[in-house]
Amino acid sequence: MLTRLTLTEARAGLAARKFSARDLAKAHLDAIDRLNPKLNAYITVLPEKDVLAAADAADARYANGTARAMEGLPVGVKDLFCTKGVKTTAASKILANFIPLYESTVTARLLDAGSVFVGKTNLDEFAMGSANITSAFGSVLNPWQRKGDEATALVPGGSSGGSAAAVAAGLALAATGTDTGGSIRQPAAFCGIVGLKPTYGRCSRWGTIAYASSLDQAGPMTRTVADAGLMLEAMAGFDEKDSTCSNRPVPAFAQAVGKSVKGLRVGIPAEYRAPGLSPEISAMWEQGIAWLRDAGCEIVDVSLPHTKYGLATYYIIAPAECSSNLARYDGIRFGVRKDAPTLDGVYELTRAEGFGEEVRNRILMGTYVLSAGYYDAYYLKAQKVRTLIKRDFVQAFEQVDVLLTPTAPSAAFAQGENADDPVQMYLNDIFTVPASMAGVPALSVPVGLDAKGLPLGLQIIGRHFDEETVLSVGGALEAAAGFAHTPTLHAEAGA
Amino acid sequence: MSLDLATTRRIAKLARIGLADAELETVRQKLDGILGWVDQLSEVDVEGVPPMVGTEMEALRQREDVVTDGNCQQAVLSCAPETSGPFYTVPKVVE
Amino acid sequence: MSYIIEGKTGSWEIVVGLEVHAQIISHSKLFSGASTKFGGEPNSQVSLVDAAFPGMLPVINRECVAQAVRTGLGLNARINLQSRFDRKNYFYADLPQGYQISQFEHPIVGEGSIEIELAGGETRQIGITRLHMEQDAGKLLHDQDPTRSFVDLNRSGVALMEIVSEPDIRAPEEAGAYLRKLRQILRYLGTCDGNMDEGSMRADVNVSVRKAGEPFRTRCEIKNVNSIRFVMQAIEIEAARQVEIWENGGEVDQETRLFDPGRGETRTMRSKEDAHDYRYFPDPDLLPLVIEQEWVDGLKAALPELPDAKRARFQQQYGVPFYDAGVLVAEQSVADFFETVAKGRDGKLAVTWVTGELFSALNRTGRTIENSPVSADALGKMLDLIADGTINGKIAKDVFEDMVETGESPDAIVEKKGLKQVTDTGVIDAAVDAIMAKHADKVAEYRSGKDKLFGFFVGQVMKETKGKANPALVNDALKAKLDA
Repeated sequence: MLTRLTLTEARAGLAARKFSARDLAKAHLDAIDRLNPKLNAYITVLPEKDVLAAADAADARYANGTARAMEGLPVGVKDLFCTKGVKTTAASKILANFIPLYESTVTARLLDAGSVFVGKTNLDEFAMGSANITSAFGSVLNPWQRKGDEATALVPGGSSGGSAAAVAAGLALAATGTDTGGSIRQPAAFCGIVGLKPTYGRCSRWGTIAYASSLDQAGPMTRTVADAGLMLEAMAGFDEKDSTCSNRPVPAFAQAVGKSVKGLRVGIPAEYRAPGLSPEISAMWEQGIAWLRDAGCEIVDVSLPHTKYGLATYYIIAPAECSSNLARYDGIRFGVRKDAPTLDGVYELTRAEGFGEEVRNRILMGTYVLSAGYYDAYYLKAQKVRTLIKRDFVQAFEQVDVLLTPTAPSAAFAQGENADDPVQMYLNDIFTVPASMAGVPALSVPVGLDAKGLPLGLQIIGRHFDEETVLSVGGALEAAAGFAHTPTLHAEAGA
Repeated sequence: MSLDLATTRRIAKLARIGLADAELETVRQKLDGILGWVDQLSEVDVEGVPPMVGTEMEALRQREDVVTDGNCQQAVLSCAPETSGPFYTVPKVVE
Repeated sequence: MSYIIEGKTGSWEIVVGLEVHAQIISHSKLFSGASTKFGGEPNSQVSLVDAAFPGMLPVINRECVAQAVRTGLGLNARINLQSRFDRKNYFYADLPQGYQISQFEHPIVGEGSIEIELAGGETRQIGITRLHMEQDAGKLLHDQDPTRSFVDLNRSGVALMEIVSEPDIRAPEEAGAYLRKLRQILRYLGTCDGNMDEGSMRADVNVSVRKAGEPFRTRCEIKNVNSIRFVMQAIEIEAARQVEIWENGGEVDQETRLFDPGRGETRTMRSKEDAHDYRYFPDPDLLPLVIEQEWVDGLKAALPELPDAKRARFQQQYGVPFYDAGVLVAEQSVADFFETVAKGRDGKLAVTWVTGELFSALNRTGRTIENSPVSADALGKMLDLIADGTINGKIAKDVFEDMVETGESPDAIVEKKGLKQVTDTGVIDAAVDAIMAKHADKVAEYRSGKDKLFGFFVGQVMKETKGKANPALVNDALKAKLDA
């Protein structure tokens, strides 16, 4: 049962010496051994001796009473966080051999809290994608299967698809994700787990490989809302090395879960009732509204008129930033280089061969929208629309405490679906992108299964730096939904 | 506006991504599709709206002028595909 | 002053604007904690931020901001309390990030001006358009290997100020005067050492030509000129080139050019096909830079006295003539030296000694004011000896030479060599008597109306007293006795 635990349960079990950190680590390494070849959730699994050494150190701390918040808890790390001495690839060929000499702030904090890292999880290349099909190290398989259709391989969502699959399938108790336009929340929804994108600035970006700097934010991917709070507490906090990182104090997030939500005002944005929203998702949303009403929340209709432009805005701003952020991958100081007789030749070959198609396309899109003659029409315009989107949220939060929406417009889809039409693929992020554009925190909570037996998630969006209310409402939703399903492919399935 | 091949080629050159003509045409079609879709922004009235810069959450923090870093030549060079002595190397650049 | 090129079709004037890149004096880099020291081992002053490793982020250095603001204040310029950093995107082996962090749309300093002085004392105002902060690039070495260039990132990320002038400059001499004045101000402020040969100050020169009354014509930018003399030469040569093109019915292309001092020509640097498109956009890793007026006021209050103000004060406080005051303030160290000498003494005498004997001694010994063989205090003490009548001006020159040679104090030299001025009227009277007796014929000539001989007698008496007699007393005694 060790791979089915929540962080909170595992922490309690370790503290009570019901099992050791070594047992816990071993159970997870075994699960990875068995399932990772199929799921491809990890790009790199840490050497057993290192993992067990970390676990032993944790056991020693439990023994001498110095155990910390995440002591001995096996955690997967998205392979976008630089980890000292451990290969960090961003799922790209261009970084296939990159071993950082430094530890990202977020992972350093997790280590300081006692976490035991088991491996680096797969993702869409440079976090660009919504299905985890753009990784240079192969697609990730969603551990969930359609009822009666085990043959169809489903995507885990993206870009943190490896993290979501690992947590869902019992290959880690929790994992780190990063979210730029929905990369934590959408895969969390697709895999039936909890994913929290904190407020922009809550977690340091230092040492995390950048995709779109003004949007990227690290967050926890866990099995429960309380776990998300616990893990965020360990990840968040001021970092003088990141100029955009907030110096606000980090609240005791886990304590927000279980707090009464009575009297809280929950906004239902009219614009999220997008045309074409599946009836099942619609119904689940209505169910969520009913649960929160029952929990004592006041339901308020609100309007976010510019929401529908969020996605188009995102697909200008994120590529623009990525085109510049990824210029450093030039084959000179690190990473993989393709030789050519001229400097430009080295650049062009290294980057053409090192980047996959989706990354290349986003770089080119971003280069275009920033180029002379197009900047005003695209980039500047998009940043103005972004201001309007943010204003919508700020105004809505004058009337309500949180917003409730679906996380994604559909359940997990099949590998190969939507693959040819980028716009169709981008539509997956339609509900997650607006919160990213505004920088506000948002949480996806699994609330039920669709007719095919696939998990669906609802999203709670809160005010800037008010993760606590988001977690409280998420906790209420979680309690009401009582989601207790696990996927077909699970470490303990049939065991 | 629709994207032509010459512009696609110029963009690829600016981004230093070497693509063959056939690949450029595929890219052109993909980008053209996306550009057509993002053109929906033209219907938004942004008169008098300032562009969002950064996140507008906090003011820029400044650090003290102290040497706290560097002096790590080995580390800086250790990941490079090609070096010579204390230098990174690239194909000869004619200035 | 006007600089006119006479062409076949008439007279042309030149229009020049300068973009000066000045390295900010700071301990650490603009966005990283690596050292800025000149001349370190290759790639030893590089942090992972400077080498643009994945996930590295910039954090701005407060002192660099302060230095930029001080410079803006020194240029009488508007300080923008809110400014912003943008990325200038291009690929080059000396640019690890693939972009330079710069201030494109919202620089920290806006319009200002510099007063330049031309030959003949005429002054002109040259407008400053803006000043912004940006990162320096690394360095490429091309001569180490036949097929490869070597990359050293020690300079990568060092803070620069780019100071852009209005196209107000109308002559090569004005460009030279502008650069000298700018360098002088930067050095006074301590914001840039102004060493062009170490590359800590370099200029991009925008040149166009036009006929009187015309709007501006197309300009060319000559990149990275690294001495004032070359800037002046480059302007002359480029202007002549453009006049020739226009007069032969051609068009001047707007382009970037390189000055080759060896060949005495400018030539095209980048072809049009390779035209840059820098794709500037606000750096999302950095929030807008907001500074407080109070902080700016504090920096302003602590600014050192600048050359123009110092010059005016030297004129007023020490009675130094305008021209000499200009010479004194040209270098802060000279001005400081002078002021130490002049304080509480005769300012006019002090300036004569500093710009006369001292400068020629420095010249002769190949020293600078910083390691002058005679300290300001010693020179001051010597002036005191003149003032209190211990020595006269003539002996003083000998004492000074001795000071240059031996480094001894003026008192010691006067004491040792017995150079104390003779003020004993008895001794002087005796000398006068002796000379008059010796030259009775000349005395008669003088008395019969040949007044000019008075000088002869003074010379003889001084000689008799080995130059030590007080000249005024000698005059008095001679007058009394000759006219008796």
